[in-house]
Amino acid sequence: MTKEIKLACNVIEQVEAICDKHGNKPGELINILHEAQSLHGYLPEEMQRIIARKLNIPASKVYGVVTFYSFFTMTPKGKHPISVCLGTACYVRGSERLLDEIKRTLNIEVGETTPDGKFSLDCLRCVGACGLAPVVTIGEKVYGRLQPKDISKILEEVSD
Amino acid sequence: MIVMDEDDCMVSVAKFYLEFTVGESCGKCTPCRIGNKRMLEILTRITEGKGTMDDIEHLKSLAATIKDTALCGLGQTSPNPVLSTIDNFYDEYVEHVKKHTCRAKQCKALLTYTVNPEKCKGCGACARNCPADAIMGDVRKPHVINPFKCIRCGMCQSRCRFDAIHVF
Amino acid sequence: MEVPQGTTLLEAGELVGIEIPTLCHIDLKGTCVKNKPASCRLCVVEVEGRRNLAPACATNCTPDMVVHTNSARVIRARKTVAELILSDHPNDCLTCPKCSDCELQRLVMRLNIRQMPYNDGEKSERKNEVTAAITRNMEKCIYCRRCESVCNNVQSVGVLGAIRRGFDTTIAPTFDRMFKDTDCTYCGQCVAVCPVGALTERDYTDQLMADITNPDKIVIAQPAPAVRFGLGEEFGLKPGTIVTGKLATALRDLGFDYVFDTDFGADLTIMEEGAEILDRLKKFLAGDKSVKLPIMTSCCPAWVNFYEHNYPDLLDYPSSAKSPAQMFGAIAKTYWAEKMGIPREKLVVVSIMPCLAKKYECTREEFKVDGNPDVDYSITTRELARLIKRANINFANLPESNFDSPLGESTGAAAIFGVTGGVMEAALRTVYEVYTGKTLPRINFDEVRGFDGIREATIDLNGFELKVCVAHTLSNARIIMDKLRAGELDYHVVEVMACPSGCIGGAGQPYHHGNIEVLKARCEALYAEDEGKPIRKSHENPDIKKLYKEFLGEPLSEKSHHLLHTHYFDKSIK
Repeated sequence: MTKEIKLACNVIEQVEAICDKHGNKPGELINILHEAQSLHGYLPEEMQRIIARKLNIPASKVYGVVTFYSFFTMTPKGKHPISVCLGTACYVRGSERLLDEIKRTLNIEVGETTPDGKFSLDCLRCVGACGLAPVVTIGEKVYGRLQPKDISKILEEVSD
Repeated sequence: MIVMDEDDCMVSVAKFYLEFTVGESCGKCTPCRIGNKRMLEILTRITEGKGTMDDIEHLKSLAATIKDTALCGLGQTSPNPVLSTIDNFYDEYVEHVKKHTCRAKQCKALLTYTVNPEKCKGCGACARNCPADAIMGDVRKPHVINPFKCIRCGMCQSRCRFDAIHVF
Repeated sequence: MEVPQGTTLLEAGELVGIEIPTLCHIDLKGTCVKNKPASCRLCVVEVEGRRNLAPACATNCTPDMVVHTNSARVIRARKTVAELILSDHPNDCLTCPKCSDCELQRLVMRLNIRQMPYNDGEKSERKNEVTAAITRNMEKCIYCRRCESVCNNVQSVGVLGAIRRGFDTTIAPTFDRMFKDTDCTYCGQCVAVCPVGALTERDYTDQLMADITNPDKIVIAQPAPAVRFGLGEEFGLKPGTIVTGKLATALRDLGFDYVFDTDFGADLTIMEEGAEILDRLKKFLAGDKSVKLPIMTSCCPAWVNFYEHNYPDLLDYPSSAKSPAQMFGAIAKTYWAEKMGIPREKLVVVSIMPCLAKKYECTREEFKVDGNPDVDYSITTRELARLIKRANINFANLPESNFDSPLGESTGAAAIFGVTGGVMEAALRTVYEVYTGKTLPRINFDEVRGFDGIREATIDLNGFELKVCVAHTLSNARIIMDKLRAGELDYHVVEVMACPSGCIGGAGQPYHHGNIEVLKARCEALYAEDEGKPIRKSHENPDIKKLYKEFLGEPLSEKSHHLLHTHYFDKSIK
């Protein structure tokens, strides 16, 4: 777990506003977490407590949901989040090798962020671009028909 | 129905689907939470050449129980890739277990990378790109792969312009 | 067979004597203790015409249904599921605190499992913890989620919850922290329902034996009211057997130097709390607007933790009276110790409780004098049973004996402290007589008895209508407290007990395994003990009168305040 940094007042206000917008309904928890994460990049403990208080549910419930869905994260993502597609098409066309190559190049595991905060690595199942398999996305950009040797090139390209 | 060619290993494909269901299992019911994990462990063993014939029997029995007892559709269908690959490609499973070979050359742990000295020009591209420092050889002379250091990443093969790297 | 609509296959099986195995399922009928996730999949049965097996706990009977509860397919599935559970379990049964009382162990025996074919796999990573009250051994967790249901639905404490997913799923306190960093009240109801050894009490039996065998220590026992209505079950006696006399003998045989009774402390609590009720009522009737009503009981340590964590703005409503066990400790280490000429540090006061929160209560700083606690530590009814077994005492054949004097004398009012509504009834017996100056026409207050979650009654005190309310389980307490916070509460006195049915259903009692009849039998025994007592009102206890005469003066005196009352702290997590 990352060291807890106190949230800025305006962030707290914005998160509370998100909860209010959804009527502070416990049933809206996932939507609220979605918006809070896109606001702040990740969901630190303090933010989860604020949401729990607003929705009048135990913080353990919020934490349970955050740890259940791989989309939610309690650690800040890298500036360039990398996702390797492990859908069937990408898999049979060698996406696991791409993944190994990225792990080796950046020296991080899946779910981690590089110490300089530039890259974070995740896997996903199908981005709907099976024709381009194997596919890697960095940020919003999709890279298709990749081979392990292309990895260092595209990482350099992005980090410039 | 999914169509694949002989370049795909059926054990690896079953393992691939299991990785998905293990990742997607919510964890609520016992058969899906623990059963899928155990099936994946067995499949991993088989793809690493460490499987036994008992493992194949355990796979069948686990698959039947998970299908019969899991709480939701995910768990009830998760054993299907295992069951259908065992039904239709039983000999591939047996090959992995008894001969420690993967005919599709997908199971890394079962592969041996070697340099064909007749084709090797000694350019050194393989050695330079080998992440494990497993390839040695003098310039313009056939290179050699140290099988104990080789991590079977396939980098040498992808870099060789003379088709000199062979995989068994 | 014919069954009413809505009957599950599991219930139908019970009706015809077919005991379908279950593990995650629990239903303490008539209370809110329920967990029906249909997730362990051990109760599966074969229903003709259905593709897969059906969970008996979650499948309702339908017309013309044909069910096989014992087919080869069913047995094979159950065995494999059980083998899977064992494959992620330490299987250290011989040294497990739950050995011989474990529902998984019983199930594995029933299924005649002789091999563990999947045990070479990975074990899930779990955190363990030892608190003053509860021990968590989460690698033993089978993920039935009973504890989560109880913590959230029964107690509304919301500390335990499922985290992560798939194989990595586990039950953890908020943010995967330790209990001490959460709103945990140590009510221990999670322990009471855990089918395996994942959640158990912190064991103090070895420490106790070390103190008993230490010649420099004088060790005093004080068993709580509820202990004597449950202990017998651990020795094969039928639920509801009263073992008060055997309990006293067993404690003496174990080597306790003095065998006193928390019931004495209970009578003392009524004197102080009763006086406080009368004091607040008097001020209220005199038109004092600042007086805090309702006054709330404060004997239950989990309830105290609950309001300190959740209602820090309402801390001046509960009575300031300490719990009976702590009152006893304070008196034993002052009045009695002085009388006997024993220095405080030589004395070890051990409470035997149906409770886990009492273990935590002993560690509270405000209950210590120069670091020396009034009650040194607390063991549960179950721990006492283990000690008795280890000491080769044949409990069922023990002769009966009495508690020692003077801190062993008690009334029927103290006996009923062990059930929901009991403290209220005991207080009413005294408050009525002191307030009205009249003798009670009938001693029993049936209107506050029973197992309903929240019960209300109006008592006529010489024309003044005293409105009282009794609640058990903390979710019911939360309803009351939320109303109080909203200014919508119209009672004068409220009793709260954290455990379902009160202390007889406490987390330190022999495991009920979801059988409500066990709790009902304990309850009947408790009222029978009360009926059989020659004195049934706390203010008539001769040793209590003597204590006030010789030492305390009168209820709410300066000395009483110093020794028998406490204050509460804001423990909310910011």
